[in-house]
Amino acid sequence: MDGIALLTIFILSVFVGFEVVSKVSTVLHTPLMSGANAIHGVVVMGAIIVAGESQPGSLELWISLAAVLLGAINLVGGFVVTDRMLEMFKSKKPAAPAKEGGAA
Amino acid sequence: MTETHVDPTWVQLSYLVAAVLFILALKSMSSPRTARTGVLLGAAGALIATVVLFFSGIELMNLALILIVLAIGSLAGLVAARRVKMTAMPQLVALFNGVGGGAAGLIAVVEYLVVGSEDLLFLIFTVATVIIGSVAFSGSVVTYLKLQELMTTRPVVIPLGKWITILVALATVVGAVWMVVDPQQWLLWALLGLGLLFGVLFVLPVGGADVPIVISLLNAMTGLAVAASGYVLGNVLLLIAGTLVGASGTLLTNLMAKAMGRPLTSTLFGAFSGTTAGGGGGGTDRPVRSGSANDVAIMLGFANKVILVPGYGLAVAQAQSTLRELADLLSEKGIEVDYAIHPVAGRMPGHMNVLLAEANVPYEQLKEMDEINPEFSATDVVLVVGANDVVNPAARTDQSAPIYGMPILDVDAAQQIVFLKRSMRPGFAGIENEILFDSKTTLLFGDAKDSLTKVVAALKNV
Repeated sequence: MDGIALLTIFILSVFVGFEVVSKVSTVLHTPLMSGANAIHGVVVMGAIIVAGESQPGSLELWISLAAVLLGAINLVGGFVVTDRMLEMFKSKKPAAPAKEGGAA
Repeated sequence: MTETHVDPTWVQLSYLVAAVLFILALKSMSSPRTARTGVLLGAAGALIATVVLFFSGIELMNLALILIVLAIGSLAGLVAARRVKMTAMPQLVALFNGVGGGAAGLIAVVEYLVVGSEDLLFLIFTVATVIIGSVAFSGSVVTYLKLQELMTTRPVVIPLGKWITILVALATVVGAVWMVVDPQQWLLWALLGLGLLFGVLFVLPVGGADVPIVISLLNAMTGLAVAASGYVLGNVLLLIAGTLVGASGTLLTNLMAKAMGRPLTSTLFGAFSGTTAGGGGGGTDRPVRSGSANDVAIMLGFANKVILVPGYGLAVAQAQSTLRELADLLSEKGIEVDYAIHPVAGRMPGHMNVLLAEANVPYEQLKEMDEINPEFSATDVVLVVGANDVVNPAARTDQSAPIYGMPILDVDAAQQIVFLKRSMRPGFAGIENEILFDSKTTLLFGDAKDSLTKVVAALKNV
């Protein structure tokens, strides 16, 4: 894809990015940040691509495997921790005093 | 950009689906009702994209190694996210963000080493990814260390720090231009190092209370690094996802700074201007009035209206449920009870809401700052449990205080104030709180959970 097409996508994405979070309530700042954090975890795809084009045994391979590791932590950990934060918004059953914390 | 491989149409369409899912995810996560669905949408997008990548016909060497490392990383992320206590969650998010930025930086380095294109735009975006990614990585690690209290939470002002930072920034810019004009492998490594150094220098002087804003900013930066890496690799999905996070993260950073009443510039550059954390001087031997759990129970038991102000100390002591027990007991006695939630109570905006929800505190009892502030003057007793900075009037009056300008809960308007505190140690921002020495203040020292348990027991006999 040529530069102009990528630039167009970039600019439009900036506007969409601004627009979608413009009405967030204070309560959701942290989960939203965490969720956005998880989304940029797709960087792991880039890591997989470069690991796939590195010669076996080369320095490049080890660096890109490190990137795969870091990206995977970002992606999976990000979504799981966001989900845990948002458990508060699930519909609660009334008056169930049993503790649910801890183990999870 | 990879000239050799063009994704087939179905792959490109799948990436488009993933991009749409990411947009819907961010949109849904902005509203309490749909927030949980948002996470699922986002995760689904990421899963689709990653699986499609493997079947996209792209040539992948080292497939077995990649899958093994991918599995290890996913498992590590999963375990860390599951095991973390909700109190320690902000620093984990910071860490996840940092490793993402680090990954982006490393990707750009490898792509340069493997492809080594001399194309101008390729070089510009490679350099951008390496620098932004490494700043986000090292900056996030420092925020992690601060929040985990593995290092001081106060602003760290190193001698000549301002000039060193400016020097490093200049060197980075010069190196970046040089790299684009005359690409050298060693230079790219040097830029990686400079980026790491700059990230550390940039976050060190930020005071504890401002750390959440910086995390959000670094999150936006990682987004941009990922977007730039998308250009480097010619992958449109990375470009879109990264840009979405970069843009929404920037706006979110601004909203957070506003919620704390802190202009972004003063947050980031406040410590450079040489104002060290105020207070600390002389205050600690001044007389305070401390009481017993019984005294506190009696004050509460004969009040008509009580407001509870939970802070991070409550969460550390895992006393949320005990506090709820106390609130329930007071309600049974016909006393009006509300929780006053400062926007940044805990460590981050919304953190306290999460912690109290975990203890099954009814959502309706949580009052936000603007709603509750006018009510303090009609309140008999305010019970501050493990909070400090968010009720510190220094934010209103003391221009030298790092929290100056932050809106606070006006607890000093109440008839009586009770602080449950571990010690006289100042709060996260490191500033003395004048209210502690006020004549209408009573202090109950001890672990928040112990103290609350004793107050609950005593209250049953009142």
